[in-house]
Order: sequence, then structure tokens, then C-alpha cells
Amino acid sequence: MALRQCAIYGKGGIGKSTTTQNLVAGLAELGKKVMIVGCDPKADSTRLILHSKAQNTIMEMAAEAGSVEDLELEDVLKVGYGDIKCVESGGPEPGVGCAGRGVITAINFLEEEGAYEADLDFVFYDVLGDVVCGGFAMPIRENKAQEIYIVCSGEMMAMYAANNIAKGIVKYASSGGVRLAGLICNSRNTAREDELIMELARQLGTQMIHFVPRDNVVQRAEIRRMTVIEYEPKAKQADEYRQLAQKIIDNKMFVVPTPISMDQLEDLLMEFGVLEEVDESIVGKAAAEEATA
Amino acid sequence: MASMTREETQDLIQEVLEVYPDKAKKDRAKHLAVNDQSIEQSKKCIISNRKSLPGVMTVRGCAYAGSKGVVWGPIKDMIHISHGPVGCGQYSRAGRRNYYVGHTGVNTFGTMNFTSDFQEKDIVFGGDKKLDKLISEIEELFPLAKGISVQSECPIGLIGDDIEAVSKKKSKELEKPIVPVRCEGFRGVSQSLGHHIANDAIRDWVIGNRDGDNSFETGKYDVAVIGDYNIGGDAWASRILLEEMGLRVVAQWSGDGTLSEMELTPKVKLNLIHCYRSMNYISRFMEEKYGVPWMEYNFFGPTKIAESLRKIAAFFDETIQANAEKVIEKYTAEYEAIIAKYRPRLEGKKVMLYVGGLRPRHVIGAYEDLGMEVVGTGYEFAHNDDYDRTIKEMGDSTLLYDDVTGYEFEEFVKKVKPDLIGSGIKEKYIFQKMGVPFRQMHSWDYSGPYHGYDGFAIFARDMDMTINNPCWKSMQAPWQKPAEGEAEAVAASA
Repeated sequence: MALRQCAIYGKGGIGKSTTTQNLVAGLAELGKKVMIVGCDPKADSTRLILHSKAQNTIMEMAAEAGSVEDLELEDVLKVGYGDIKCVESGGPEPGVGCAGRGVITAINFLEEEGAYEADLDFVFYDVLGDVVCGGFAMPIRENKAQEIYIVCSGEMMAMYAANNIAKGIVKYASSGGVRLAGLICNSRNTAREDELIMELARQLGTQMIHFVPRDNVVQRAEIRRMTVIEYEPKAKQADEYRQLAQKIIDNKMFVVPTPISMDQLEDLLMEFGVLEEVDESIVGKAAAEEATA
Repeated sequence: MASMTREETQDLIQEVLEVYPDKAKKDRAKHLAVNDQSIEQSKKCIISNRKSLPGVMTVRGCAYAGSKGVVWGPIKDMIHISHGPVGCGQYSRAGRRNYYVGHTGVNTFGTMNFTSDFQEKDIVFGGDKKLDKLISEIEELFPLAKGISVQSECPIGLIGDDIEAVSKKKSKELEKPIVPVRCEGFRGVSQSLGHHIANDAIRDWVIGNRDGDNSFETGKYDVAVIGDYNIGGDAWASRILLEEMGLRVVAQWSGDGTLSEMELTPKVKLNLIHCYRSMNYISRFMEEKYGVPWMEYNFFGPTKIAESLRKIAAFFDETIQANAEKVIEKYTAEYEAIIAKYRPRLEGKKVMLYVGGLRPRHVIGAYEDLGMEVVGTGYEFAHNDDYDRTIKEMGDSTLLYDDVTGYEFEEFVKKVKPDLIGSGIKEKYIFQKMGVPFRQMHSWDYSGPYHGYDGFAIFARDMDMTINNPCWKSMQAPWQKPAEGEAEAVAASA
């Protein structure tokens, strides 16, 4: 089977890293050979697979060695649960340097060192929440990830972010082969969340590939730096991730998304009661003003 | 001063290292060595291609210099965009003496500077749109340009512009090759990585362009000259000899070269490499993918020229082999006359070199033909395979210095007291002020060519007029002249 490269995007804190690692564990269980490439300076994309606090990153080790040319693939690539290969691009602490360049350098390094030539079925890029510069779009450039999954929930800002990411994909889809492959709903237990995300997916021209319910077992596993599949393989939640993994294997729906306008998004949120109808007369009025009105 | 013994040379290195702080001493010690011809692998005696130490004076360049300045720049019928702020392009404009024929600004563009002149807004909002527009403008103003290369300056790599996507789109639109080159200056430790990146760009965007196109009539004597940048006409002086031998030179990489020459190169029978450092990568690739063999040759000085002509001829049939002998014979009287004229004036003179890609080892033979001895040599950006090749060319117990610092070079010269130094513009005036005859060995001091038999005549003349120039006898100001009696002593030691 040809190598499939997938990138996971979504609002910060939505659970991209957790979802990615759990679903990758599911893929590994199904016999797939997978590599995770963490593209976030926080370097927390592989900890559940490696049971470590944070993996040594490519950029960190390059800085130590002098330059990235001084590194070997074995130095940076670690193998964890289910023979999953793990790499973290890494980058500077907040407020200094250039994290985007870190991602570019790291991915170039992996390509030059032949990390993709190994016998692999899937590569997953776990990318920083906001695509703030060209560096964070690196994983979806030509000849890299062709499939993008957006992790979201029924909260307004998560959906807003999902729509913005869809806009970014349109730019790259027009010049290359990158496609939106689906929304993964990581539930926050809001009302009619599944229907809402399905409707958003429909409007974006894509699908909600899976609805991952909320379950505390995820947190319990996380504390042990494990995926649910490894920590409690019989848990119902483990099956949810297995289903997601199977759906991704079977997925054939790759589209150029049709992002919606801010008005359309607000309408959708109002329809599902996430947002109340805007009363123009209260816009810009402080609480004290309203009380005296 | 007689040649130094192994121990003396070793002591000199130790003495020079002495002033460094411990950490720097440890690092620099690995880059300085006494030559030992018995060593097969240079890594046992010298370390190279490492990051320069902060605080020392190094004369190295950057990846952009290696790509735009060396490899791509001389391709004359393409326009090379210095993509980024204006300085990199403007201060490197026409900086190398890559001679070419053509009408500059019409069908050739070698000495012109094209830049996207990045401003604050291009950094913040990205420069892809500007690049797109710039390429359209080039097409409108210079329709005879055969292709375009996009040479990335540092900021392009930082803001992550997708120049590959722009290049692909515009290439389709204009139906011309447009080649993105990721040669951001901060990559690697010297210009060397820039050569490699430039070679890789040629591999990915140029070399396969004529695959499956058999319209070019190939011949059994087709060769390409690789890694000759035609400094002062070097490639032309080389080409004459190859053609007189009966070979057909299909391409010159990249001095006075063209895009189509590069595209046709995979169809030749043999690749001839002069500068191994900057173009071995693409030669190896052509060998691997198209089965084109490659060999290194050396066209400096009659000994090496004859050796190389015979080695090249050995790849072909008896006709070519006989022709090679004829060529050597034809020029024998000429070069013998040159040696007869200059050797007596240069015999026994000692030379120290410090240059770039191939010359620190390739010119040794030419000096030896004139009776001179190279007593120290070093490279700015070599790798170990370059030193492997150098050890055999240099005499035993001579000095090797890698990425030499300004301080080390000066100290070595003070102790070794060479009669001539061959290096670059940054070294030139320091040594001239010290009273040491000096030739620029990057630019041939605005002279040349030095390749081939024609070049050897010029080389010999230049070395003579530099070393035996009367100005060196006037180094001391009259009021600093020593008192009567001491004058003879000074003259005798000079």
C-alpha cells in the first residue's frame, strides 16, 4: 500500500495530540506501520506512545550538535508502542527565535535522511493549533501530507478555527494535491454536538469522520503517559479510537473544502442554540449602561 | 630558509595555537596538520567542513554565495533572482569573473542583478505574490531569457514562503523552466552546502528535462566540462584542447554555460570534472541515473595537462588517444620555451596557498613545472575527500590548514617566509603590506586564463612579474633605512 501522509490541525487545546496518538495506536493495532511527526515547539505529540515527558527534538539536538547536518536519523527517531516511529521537530521557547523554521528544517531533514523511504503505511503530522506562518503550513505543501483532518468540538471557537483552517487548505489545494479528509469531533458534551458538527462538515463539503465521546479514561491514561488503547484496551473509549482508525483506513472522501462566511457560521450556531440571536441594540453596551437604559 | 622538517612544522603549529583559549585551541588544532604522504585517509590528520569559531577571522561565504555566486550565476541565458532583501544580490553582482559571450540584457544576463527587493511588508505578508509578479515582469522585459532560478536569501526560509509552488505555476504559464533553490545563507557552515543545494536543484528541476527527447544527435566523442567557471576565460582555454583532441564539448558547467547545455549533459559519454568540490554531486547523480561516467582532470601546467589529456583519451578509442599525443606534441615547443624563460627566474621559490574548491591542490603541478615549491596549502570549505586528494600532491612535512584564521595565516607566513602567497582579495593587501609578493588565486588578479597551455603562459608570466617585481626592494621608507653596513645584511636576507 502506498504511503499516506495525514496532517492533523485544529484549535489549540482541542485535543489534537491526544486524539492523534490514540488513533495512531489504533492503526498500529490493526497492523499498520505509522510514524508521528510532531510539528509543535511544545513537543508533546509523542509522549503517550513513548511514555516519556517529552522526546528529544530534532532542533534541540541540532542546536547541541552544531547544525542539523551533524545529526543521524537514529538520533532523533524513537520507536514506541506498537512499533510506532516518533519524531518531534521541536523549536524555541515561547517569545524567541523562529518556530516555523524549526518545522521546515526538521521535515527537510527527515526527507533527506530517508525517514519516509522506510516501510511505512501512514505518517501523521501533529501541527501547532494556529497556522501562524509559512513554517506551519510546511506539512501540507506539495509531496507531503495530502489528507488533512481537523479536530473540533461543538464550541463556537473550535468551529471558527476549523473554518479558518479550511480557508488555508483551499489556498494549498489550488496549487497542489492536498485535500480536506474530514472533521474529527472531540466531544465537549455540548447539546446536539454531533448534529452540529455534521452540519458544519456538510457546509464545508466534507464529512464528520467520527464522533469521539468524552470519557475520563482518556485523562486517566494520559496521566500514565499512555494511550487508552494501551492503558485499558477493553475500555469502550478504546473501541471509539479503533473505529476512527478503521474509518481513516477506509476513507475515500478527499475534498477541496468550501469554507463558509462569518455570517453563515453565526447562523449555524444560532440554529443550534450555541449562539443567541444578536440584538443589535445591545452591541457595545456595558452592563452598567444596560441597567440604566 | 631551507624546507622545514616534520618536527619544525609541528612546533610551528603548536606555537601558533598557543595564544588561543583552551577551547579554541582544541578546536583549531584539528584543522592544522603537517602533511604526511603515507596517510591514505585525511581524516586521520585533519578535520574539515565544520562550523567556524566565533571570534576568529574566517573568509568563508554562505550557502547563497555557493549557489547563486558559484554554481547558478554563470548560466548565462537564465535570469537568477536574488529573492529577498536587496543587499545579497547587489553586493555579489558580477563579483566573479565568469566570462561569457552574448548581449547582456538581451540574451545573456550574467553581470546583471535581479532581486525581489524585500520590504517589511513582504516579510509580514509573505513574498509569494511579489515573486509571481516579478517573474511576469522578467518575461515581459527579457523575453529571450531561457529560464529563471529563484535563489533564496535568508528570510525566505524563515517566513516559509512556498517558492516551489510559485515556480511550478509560473513555469507552466511561461513554458520555461523556473527553478526554486533553497540556498538560504544560514544553512550549513560555508558556501559548500550551497553548492550541494544548487546541484540538487539542477537534479530535480533541470537534468531530466530532455528525458525521452531524442532530437539531439549524440556522438561517440561527446563530453561535458563540469566545474569550470570560466574565470578569465579558463573554460575556453580548456575547451580548445579537448576539441583539438577530437572530442565534442556539449556543455560547459557553468562558466559561459547555458540551460540547454545542462539539459543535454545526461546524453554525453563522459563528464570531465575540474572543480570536484562544487559539482561532484551532480556528476555522481548522472552516473547513477544515466550511466555517464565521470573523471577528474587538471589543466594547470604542462605536466598535469599531459597527464589529464592521456587519462581522458584512455576513455575513448585509438584515434582520440593518438590525437591526445599530437596535441601534447603540438604544444611542447611552446611550453618548453615558457619554462626555459621563466624557470630560471622562479626556481626554488616557495609558495603558500589558501583558496577555495580545487586550486589549493590543482595548481601545485603548475608551480612545480616552473621549479617552485608549494610549502603550505589549505581550503576555505573543503571536505575530507578534498584533503584525501591533497595529501598526495603536497610534499612531506608541508603545512595544511583548513578554514585558516587571519591570525594563523599571518603567523605561518612570518615563520615560513614564502616568496609568494596565492589567496584572495581579503588576504591580498595584508600580505602585500607585509612585503610579501601576492597573487589572487580566485580571480587570477584580473588576469587569466590560467587553464590549458595558453593559460600556462599567462600563469608563468604573472608569477614572474609578481615575485620579481622591483617594488619589493623598495619596501622600506628612505628615512627608515638602516645605517651604513647594515644595508648589505638586509639585502642578503631578502
